[in-house]
Amino acid sequence: MFFDALPGAISLGLIWGVMAIGVFITYKVLDFADLTVDGSICTGGAVCAVMMAAGINAWVAVLVAVIAGALAGFVTGIFHTLLGIPAILSGILTQLILWSVNLKIMGQANTVVDTRNSYVIVTQLQAGWAILIMFGFLVVIVGGLYWFFGTEAGCGIRATGNNPNMSRAQGINVNLNKIIGLVISNALVALAGALLAQYQGFADINMGRGAIVIGLAAVIIGEAIVTRISRNFAVQLAGVVLGGIIYYIVYQFVIWLEIDTEYLKMLSAIVVAVFLAVPYWKKKYFYRFAGKKKRAEAKPLEGGESNG
Amino acid sequence: MAESILRLENVSKTFNRGSVNEKVALCGLSLTVEDGDFVTVIGGNGAGKSTLMNAICGTFPVDEGKIILGGHDVTRLPEYRRAKYLGRVFQDPMMGTSPNMEIQENLALAYRRGKVRSLMPGIRRSEKAFYREQLARLGLGLEDRMTAKVGLLSGGQRQSLTLLMATLKKPDLLLLDEHTAALDPKTAAKVLSFTEEIAAENALTTIMITHNMSDAIRCGNRLIMMSEGRVVYDVRGEEKRSLTVEDLLEKFREAGGEVSDKMLLN
Repeated sequence: MFFDALPGAISLGLIWGVMAIGVFITYKVLDFADLTVDGSICTGGAVCAVMMAAGINAWVAVLVAVIAGALAGFVTGIFHTLLGIPAILSGILTQLILWSVNLKIMGQANTVVDTRNSYVIVTQLQAGWAILIMFGFLVVIVGGLYWFFGTEAGCGIRATGNNPNMSRAQGINVNLNKIIGLVISNALVALAGALLAQYQGFADINMGRGAIVIGLAAVIIGEAIVTRISRNFAVQLAGVVLGGIIYYIVYQFVIWLEIDTEYLKMLSAIVVAVFLAVPYWKKKYFYRFAGKKKRAEAKPLEGGESNG
Repeated sequence: MAESILRLENVSKTFNRGSVNEKVALCGLSLTVEDGDFVTVIGGNGAGKSTLMNAICGTFPVDEGKIILGGHDVTRLPEYRRAKYLGRVFQDPMMGTSPNMEIQENLALAYRRGKVRSLMPGIRRSEKAFYREQLARLGLGLEDRMTAKVGLLSGGQRQSLTLLMATLKKPDLLLLDEHTAALDPKTAAKVLSFTEEIAAENALTTIMITHNMSDAIRCGNRLIMMSEGRVVYDVRGEEKRSLTVEDLLEKFREAGGEVSDKMLLN
């Protein structure tokens, strides 16, 4: 039944919501399309799964996974700022590096987490609990980020993404801020990966493929929902999480309809493409309209100027 | 004798060196600006005016020479580390403010120019009254819209805000790069008069690039003319005040400069 699968969809949506918040920080706040995430989510999962397989506590494993993700973000930041490589390419390069790194971490293409006989933070065997725990995680994350982006340092990062020229003129170290943003973002993405590995009971080298698209879908869906309600930063973040949940409910729905799930990545990509195109076309249409109006208004003024 | 705020020693900059597009933008330029000077800079297209500004700001490294700001050699400092000495207003009104941030947040960013950005609140309640008071001086009603996003403002409003931001924390040197050129004549006049007011009030050392010759003569206590990356004419005090636009055009032709339509139209 579709409704039986709902708790699972919601808890998965919440886990991917953490990941989508990471995407929000790079894509929306820093204006940096960071493709590192496809690799760093798997890094988080791999580190967590391997450590837990070795008998290490789940929380410690998550913490190390988060640090590994932060490092991945740092590498992308160095590629972009110190080596001057374009944003998208920097992310792709790190993603490729992480492919090898992730295989080396696991020693094979996947690693199983024994969710029955060891302590895990979240598991699909208890989806209801997982929802509660993930909710707790998200309250802390959203609260923490809301506080951080309101500080002097956080405002500097927002300004960096919004107008780097102005930021430099105000004495803001744009390169450093980009690195900090990437580190925070990928730390969150790796956290999502670590929790995902526990939740589904394994980490897999392919678990991050297309993650950026899911993250973007969540960001876009969330924005479409909450922008009308409030532009408050915390509300925006909550919207992103909501976007992740909606994405996974739709996903469950598609499975329930017995549509071939191999089409899912394609469908996600098309949905994201459409959502990205809508504001562009809207702007283009309105721009032309406004342009005509402006030109018509400007005419008498031009005449006035040549007289003066 | 007044202290010098800015000293440029033999500064050179060539763009695209060694290619067909090679352009000598600054050619062994030396310039000293004293404390309290208000210098207007004129010159044709490609004379090196904007390059001069950008060299001072550190937008790019210079090839040769030294740049000394407020007694510190900043020649090798990156742009963001020179910002503590400089207030800047760009020609493009979109460049000086952060559109997705609130008016008060923009001011708070500017108020912390040159300061290490810590984990303290980005804007304190106690600052807001000060920002409101400062915004009220612009006479644009922005003091009642402090939480509005700057992207909603018009070009003139944004440029006025940028000017306020540049001077909120008193800079050693205020750099204005044709900051009224993109505005309609009425708004341009308003922004310019606010510029003069705020510069006089705080005794700001200012360099203002302009295309408008009469503005260049009327504003400030010193005028320099640039051509081909050099200062070709430097005049101050009584002699400057008695200049006419015709004098300047004459000087301009003497220096071999091309008089652009934009300069004549003004």
